[in-house]
Amino acid sequence: MAANPMYQFNVYRIGPEIKIGEVDISFTNASLFMVISALAILIVFNLGSKKKSLIPDKIQLLSELSYSFVSKMINDTAGAKGKPYFSFIFSLFMFVLFCNMFGMIPYSFTVTSHIIVTFVLAAFIFIGVTIIGFLKHGLGYLKLFVPSGVPIILLPLIVVIEIISYLSRPISLSVRLFANMMAGHTMMKVFGGFVVSLGLVGGWLPLGFSVALTGLEILVAFLQAYVFAILTCIYLNDALNLHH
Amino acid sequence: MKKIIIYLYALFSFNKIAISAETGGMPQLNPEFWYSQIFWLTITFGILLIILSKFILPKIRNNLETRKSQIMENIEIADNQKTSSEKNLKEYDKIIFDAKENAKKTFNLAKEKIQLDLSKEREKIENELNSEIDDIENEIKDLKKSSPEKINIIAVDTAAEIIQKLIGVEANKSNVSAIVNEQIKLMKDK
Repeated sequence: MAANPMYQFNVYRIGPEIKIGEVDISFTNASLFMVISALAILIVFNLGSKKKSLIPDKIQLLSELSYSFVSKMINDTAGAKGKPYFSFIFSLFMFVLFCNMFGMIPYSFTVTSHIIVTFVLAAFIFIGVTIIGFLKHGLGYLKLFVPSGVPIILLPLIVVIEIISYLSRPISLSVRLFANMMAGHTMMKVFGGFVVSLGLVGGWLPLGFSVALTGLEILVAFLQAYVFAILTCIYLNDALNLHH
Repeated sequence: MKKIIIYLYALFSFNKIAISAETGGMPQLNPEFWYSQIFWLTITFGILLIILSKFILPKIRNNLETRKSQIMENIEIADNQKTSSEKNLKEYDKIIFDAKENAKKTFNLAKEKIQLDLSKEREKIENELNSEIDDIENEIKDLKKSSPEKINIIAVDTAAEIIQKLIGVEANKSNVSAIVNEQIKLMKDK
């Protein structure tokens, strides 16, 4: 079964079966890698925030650069009003990034390659942003669907399109991350399978591809975490500063 | 009736295919562990968010702000030191300039004084010299005036003495002087 490129995405139970009523919430390999990612983030940033030296050492520099990176990202997209949501976006970015990166280790599990995980995150963001929008602007938030400067004749069509695009945000956000991670890992597995099946004679070409894909996938892992976070910032910006 | 059986069979077989696709296809679409994943995602991400936002991120923000303020403070101190040093440099330049001016003035004064003294002294010395020269000239004049008479007297005396020594007779002085005068007149005429 190991030759099946989808086998790596299998979720299996680790330890005993835990059930609340009818709902199975057993600890799985996916849960394990969520815990590992969260712990790794906490360890890295705890070490990075311990010392208070004027000239930072490597780990302090890492955490401070990440802090200013996310801070700048929020400031550029959502402005000063986005500051209260810094902690959430920082955690989100780091969680997705670490899950993606841990997925790059051979024989590990990529948490973000499961649609349910990315969809829960995206749905949470979507609902949260919608609530923030209505809290900040009341029913005026509905103006988001009515862009200014559109001819009245086109308005019914535009409003429908805007509503559809707004409602499809959680789907596009979650599917983008999930599909990228799944496709990349499947490709690597397929090329890895070629290396084995072509053997010593013909295996070198797919091996080279595999190496190149690994580099590409590390880039994608970072990029998708960044895209996920920056889209969250943009949605937040829509809710905080009603532009239309 | 036959149609219905065929339809049911087709439905059944489609279900069979669908189920097999679910187990052999994408594990992501198998809902068996969906609740488990939602549950553990909520727990891990929730704990991560709480710890990061309550404990770790404020510390990093604090570090960054202290560093920023410290750097700003240092820049301010450096600016102050710069301005004060520029001020000191100006003062120093002024002191040097003043000192040069003073030195020039003192030098000029001293020069003038020395020249004055020098000219005074020279005048004094010249005057002294002039008076001395005058005195000497007068003396010479006097000597010139008085010398012929003295010579006459000496000549008369010597002549009288010679006569006395030669003849042993005391000669009359007036006679001797008359002769001597005559002789001198002759010598002069010659």
